[in-house]
Amino acid sequence: MAWNALLRALRAGPATVALAPPDQADIDELSARLKASSLRKLGRSLAIRQVDSGSCNGCELEIQMTASVVYDLERFGLRFVASPRHADVLLVTGPVTRNMQDALLRTWQATPDPKWVVAIGDCAIDGGVFKGSPAILGGIDAALPVDLVIRGCPPTPAAIIAGLCALVEAHARPDTMPRTREPRTREPRTREPKAR
Amino acid sequence: MTARALILDAPAMQAQPWPRHVLSPETWTQMSRALITDTTLDLRAMWADTTHVHALLHDTEAADFLFASVPVETGLYAALSPARPGAAWFERMIRDLWGHHPADATDTRPWLDHGHWTATPPMAARPLPNLAAPEPAEFLTSVGDDLHHIAVGPVHAGIIEPGHFRFACSGETIVRLEVRLGYLHKGTLGLLRGKSPRVGARFAARLSGDSTVAHSTAFAHAAEAACATAAPPRAASLRAVMGELERIANHLGDIGAIAGDAVFPLLQSRFVWLREAMLRGCAAAFGHRQMMDAVIPGGVAQDLTQDGSTSIHDVLNTIQAEWPRLLALYDDTASLVDRMQTTGILDPTTAARFAPGGFVGRASGQAFDTRRNPGHAPYDRLDVAAAFSDAGDVDARVRVRLFEITESIRLLRILLDELPTGPIALTLPIVSAEGIGWAEGFRGDIWHWLRLEGGLVSHAFLCDPSWRQWPLLQAAIEGNIVADFPLCNKSFNCSYSGVDL
Ligand code: SF4
Repeated sequence: MAWNALLRALRAGPATVALAPPDQADIDELSARLKASSLRKLGRSLAIRQVDSGSCNGCELEIQMTASVVYDLERFGLRFVASPRHADVLLVTGPVTRNMQDALLRTWQATPDPKWVVAIGDCAIDGGVFKGSPAILGGIDAALPVDLVIRGCPPTPAAIIAGLCALVEAHARPDTMPRTREPRTREPRTREPKAR
Repeated sequence: MTARALILDAPAMQAQPWPRHVLSPETWTQMSRALITDTTLDLRAMWADTTHVHALLHDTEAADFLFASVPVETGLYAALSPARPGAAWFERMIRDLWGHHPADATDTRPWLDHGHWTATPPMAARPLPNLAAPEPAEFLTSVGDDLHHIAVGPVHAGIIEPGHFRFACSGETIVRLEVRLGYLHKGTLGLLRGKSPRVGARFAARLSGDSTVAHSTAFAHAAEAACATAAPPRAASLRAVMGELERIANHLGDIGAIAGDAVFPLLQSRFVWLREAMLRGCAAAFGHRQMMDAVIPGGVAQDLTQDGSTSIHDVLNTIQAEWPRLLALYDDTASLVDRMQTTGILDPTTAARFAPGGFVGRASGQAFDTRRNPGHAPYDRLDVAAAFSDAGDVDARVRVRLFEITESIRLLRILLDELPTGPIALTLPIVSAEGIGWAEGFRGDIWHWLRLEGGLVSHAFLCDPSWRQWPLLQAAIEGNIVADFPLCNKSFNCSYSGVDL
């Protein structure tokens, strides 16, 4: 019995009827609505990569705190990731030492667009107490385009989270995609390893 | 002649609290050779100025300290690294910053200078413009069948400071680890020149942020020593209160992080929560979570707030209430203890050659603690109990720190109950003199040296305990598996910024 039914169905071809393609105007409208709502809903999440460009480690201690059970950054849709390749935001501390400049730039280049740069702590803003030292560039701004600064020496975990939440809010608005920009410094020099 | 006799025979320059013996280059060379057999002298710090190289030695037999210098003629001085392996990093740093070359040194590769500075050596009397392109770093070689290399950093996966680690591995076993630092070099020593001790204290407070109180205290002690004065008793006690609070906060955070690295989040969460309670207590008592810039040369910047003492006692009560349960949790979790014990062993013999301070030393048979020797107010009336172990593994370092937390709580209660009244700061006189100051940070012994000219810093060196602990991490990790590196590294928790200067 079953065989007969199967054979009949095969001979008759598919029962599903073809449909007319949807109207192009409808697609455009729907996709715009989807984009806005997904940005509103899914855009409330950012992956953060922290980079120390020469801090005294005071800022790192408080940044670590934001990810702890006490402040639980993840409940705001923010989380730390291990690679710049997975990140939307670079959270940079320190006055940018000359010895870290290349590594900072490479990390920035490894971060996919669109990306934001947040300068954390007084020395990331303009060099802080280290301003004027020949060993530093004097603030993240001297190496990378900065989108947000969070002041303090070090800023408290609450201040850091408040700043990052502002970034999430801005991110969730469809009109504030970050611009794609160029860093202000030279390309890192590529070198051949020295033979020993 | 013994190294001690050679140093004491040399003419002494005025310095506080120990005279600085200036050895002729020949005597210094003899001294460097005598050190090979004189094992009672531990090297605690080594640094330079534009004309001399200085060493601070601790005579473990006589229990006193020797301060020796050598003029650097023709750019050379006899290296101490053949006798004291811990001198090697200092010598590389001195070469990079001041341009003094160590003769017969065990390692002559650059250290802080990665080739990116505009003028070198930056601390020399007349630095020259640096026009050369940076050279790739040279690493030690490891030879053997089937060795593979893992290069990590300077940007690490976690929220920590930058440094480059080279692992040579056989399968998953680490054969050799080499650490390359210097990425955080901010030119702190250069910035200190020409500043008054009051302004300079801001740099000491930011040498290593986690030890801001301890470094500020050592700096203040050095300035006060040079001025042949001492902070008022109330200030000394308040500094000790802040220092012990800082020690507890760091120990709590690090033990929590170690538990986290051993994938035991329960303990991690509790310890981090207590750390946060501690930081809030500090903010309530001293107005800043890390108490940055709270210790100044001459005293402290502000007095304890009105409810400060109560808020500190409250936090201590919270910790003590939970303590037995936390210790039991640590002891009873076999999977955790299994990761800790026999991992990252620093054997006492290797440790003795570097004389590390702090919990790294105390877990490997070194009992040194600057609160007891050379000591300073108010610890001289407190009788600090020292933890001691010679197991040398991650577990021993954790247990030393657990003990230190309870001891610090005990000290804090006494300090707060017996807080002297009176002024909290005095104005330092304007002098031309030099002084050494010390403090026991949570990592160990911190040494600061200042030379003041007309009341302003003309030369300075700030020595973090990590100088003698980093090389030992390299030693302790040998034979461990790569997956245990985070655990071992965290159990040492050396400062990057502290040694990058
Ligand atoms: S802002 Fe302050 S705490 Fe942060 S890295 Fe700079 S000096 Fe340290």
